[in-house]
Amino acid sequence: MLSFIAQRIVKGVIVLLAIIVLNFFLIRLAPGDPAIVMAGEAGASDKVFVAQLREKFGLDKPLPEQLFVYVKGVLTFDLGFSFRQQAPVSKLILDRLPATLLLTLTAFVISLVLGILFGVLAARFAGTFLDTAITVAALVFYATPLFWIALMAILVFSVWFDWLPSFGYETVGANYTGLAHVLDVGAHLVMPAATIGLFFMATYTRMTRASMLEVQRLDFVKTARAKGLRDGVIQRRHVLRNALLPVVTLAGVHSGTLIGGAVLTETVFAWPGIGRLMYEALLQRDYNLLLGVFVVCSAMVLIFNLITDLVYRLVDPRIEFAA
Amino acid sequence: MFKRALFGVFLGGFLGAAALAQEPKMGGIVNAVIQPEPPGLNLAMIQNGPTQMVSGNIFEGLLRYSPKLEPLPGLAASWTVSEDARTYTFKLKPGVTWHDGKPFTSADVLFTIGMLKETHSRARNNLTQVEKAEAPDDLTVVFTLKQPFGPFLGIFEVGSMPIMPKHIYDGTDYKTNPYNNAPIGTGPFMFKEWQKGSFIHLIKNPNYHEKGKPYLDEIYWQIIPDAAARSVAYETGKVDVLPGGSVENFDVPRLSKLKDTCVTGAGWEFFSPLAWLWLNNRSGPLANKKVRQAIMYAVDRNFAKDVIWNGLGKVATGPSVSTIKFYTDDVPKYDYDPAKAKALLKEAGYNGEKIRLMPLPYGETWQRWGEAVKQNLMDAGLNIETIATDVPGSNQKIGDWDYDIAFTFLYQYGDPALGVGRNYITSQIIKGQLFNNVEGYSNPEIDKLFAEGAVATPDSKRKEIYEKAQKILVEDVPVAWMLELQFPTITRCKVKDLITTAIGVNDGFRDAWIDK
Repeated sequence: MLSFIAQRIVKGVIVLLAIIVLNFFLIRLAPGDPAIVMAGEAGASDKVFVAQLREKFGLDKPLPEQLFVYVKGVLTFDLGFSFRQQAPVSKLILDRLPATLLLTLTAFVISLVLGILFGVLAARFAGTFLDTAITVAALVFYATPLFWIALMAILVFSVWFDWLPSFGYETVGANYTGLAHVLDVGAHLVMPAATIGLFFMATYTRMTRASMLEVQRLDFVKTARAKGLRDGVIQRRHVLRNALLPVVTLAGVHSGTLIGGAVLTETVFAWPGIGRLMYEALLQRDYNLLLGVFVVCSAMVLIFNLITDLVYRLVDPRIEFAA
Repeated sequence: MFKRALFGVFLGGFLGAAALAQEPKMGGIVNAVIQPEPPGLNLAMIQNGPTQMVSGNIFEGLLRYSPKLEPLPGLAASWTVSEDARTYTFKLKPGVTWHDGKPFTSADVLFTIGMLKETHSRARNNLTQVEKAEAPDDLTVVFTLKQPFGPFLGIFEVGSMPIMPKHIYDGTDYKTNPYNNAPIGTGPFMFKEWQKGSFIHLIKNPNYHEKGKPYLDEIYWQIIPDAAARSVAYETGKVDVLPGGSVENFDVPRLSKLKDTCVTGAGWEFFSPLAWLWLNNRSGPLANKKVRQAIMYAVDRNFAKDVIWNGLGKVATGPSVSTIKFYTDDVPKYDYDPAKAKALLKEAGYNGEKIRLMPLPYGETWQRWGEAVKQNLMDAGLNIETIATDVPGSNQKIGDWDYDIAFTFLYQYGDPALGVGRNYITSQIIKGQLFNNVEGYSNPEIDKLFAEGAVATPDSKRKEIYEKAQKILVEDVPVAWMLELQFPTITRCKVKDLITTAIGVNDGFRDAWIDK
């Protein structure tokens, strides 16, 4: 198992380097650079000004040199400096990481638990009204664009009923502490987490239901029934455990993208997370910051893929680690 | 219907202004929206709108300007101009201190001039006429100009020439100075905290040099990236001030009708934003003056004003906005006349060549305007293809002259020598730069007039020169002028005296107070 993990880490580093090189060139293909963006915002752009900015961003150096400097930095865990934000990239990412993790992990855990629960219920009562209701609801949430759900949620719960705050991470200026602070952040978290979570929940519900129904038809389930096992035990120990494999795969893929995957939700709800940071960095052509977010997100995908493979082994002991 | 309603709220705003006689009340917190999040708060190095809006509370200029663009005391208490109009002497306000308690002196002003020449593009240009600046004593600064420069007294507002603390920046690397994100100024509010992505918190400067001011205790600038979410934040009472441009235009009528809401278009007199279409004069159909004139006739600018801008603003008559010096409307007129546009295109021999139109990627309002103009131009017989891009892409294409027609809007800074000439004179045709003569228009007579206008004295002479220039330009149509823009500021009516000068919210909240 250890050699499996070691080999995966080595492969992961190679993939990460390839991603860095690819992204480095890819983001430079888009027209405009940070200097032209800042000149535009300043409402002034004489030659000296633009040249100063290019020098400041290191854009006056040849491209291979810029790449070399960047990769060298990454290998020593230095993601560079954002001259646009006037702060080290790693600090900017770390500052935003807790908010994003809180949002996406809450959404992820709730959607996974509820998704599997509803999927099991739908499969258990297949063909009944309950199954139809769950399936239709899952389809609706699966098909509805996130931003629309977000805007409708704001309209209903903030504008009409005034139950939940419409933006931000906490009530600015309230200076809550202790439980009051937790409740305040919780109230701000409900709508953005639900917006992300509903989509994932719908996915897991559909996947669990389909997978359960498929496994239920297999011979070993018939054998279990023939042995006289109780239905609850069959469903839990034999059907669900096997049916969860594709759900684990999907959850693994999703979890890797959680860090940067909440761009729309974070923007609509003014949630101060990584997704927004990435979106703004893209619009401002803040190359170092953008690359830094990409590096962290890519690393997360690789790490979560590895974790998924390890979880596979726990869910299904028949799977062996092959180097 | 809406126009009437809006007129009502505007009237409300003006009546609010009339309430100046009311005794201001001390205390209170104001929540305002800031969008996008400023990249930094050092006004000497970053001049984008949000930085000016927040940092206008922290830093100050030597002068401020009335809505009629008359200079008012700022850090300078008084000023005199020599008879030959070459020497300007500023007497600084005594007893002013920086937020860290150090005294403000003429040495700070001299240091600022040097710093801005390195870091502030517009200030560098404005200061080219200065031969020398001297400080005979701690409270006096003397500027000697190379020659008389008409708009000189107009270059000292806080965004154009923010006075920086010498003791913080002297001898340091300006780019990485830690005070860039925690600035020290002399302004009415002091920097307290910046939670990136969430808010910027300013608190009252208890030692502010205008006795009794500011009235407010705190300001929170809330960072909300989505326009619809900003509207909701106001609607649900979470913010009290939506500075001009914070929400999409189509939300303005709805928000204006909310209870206790006041709307004003004031506070843009200095900037005087003018929207136009860059027309690439260099080649193709747009090199022909008749095609450019046809575009002026083809575009229904009243429709844009009434529908897309909800009745705000004014149809432009030419290169100068009606609020800046030496404006004249005695110029050729281009009323909406598609038939005339078609006739001119025929005369010009236009035969359906494709013309690219690049709308401004600044949100839904500009997108809609792009679509309306495209339809107008196609109705007149032009073959238009829309090019979609983001802000960096748009800047790059315009700077590289890789466009046919492109939307823009620019500030005029109160004087044609500061904000108009740069777009039409030959020496400003410089590839890779924005906001200059990117259309490539060149006319020796115009070059001569703008060169003379900047240094002529007295003002009557300048007026004559600039009026002549406006007439020539409007006849030649180097660009297609659209609207004098108005960005309404929306506030709770209880927030009083928020806008008292020509730069509006950017001048800081020193006079603002809450009527509890």
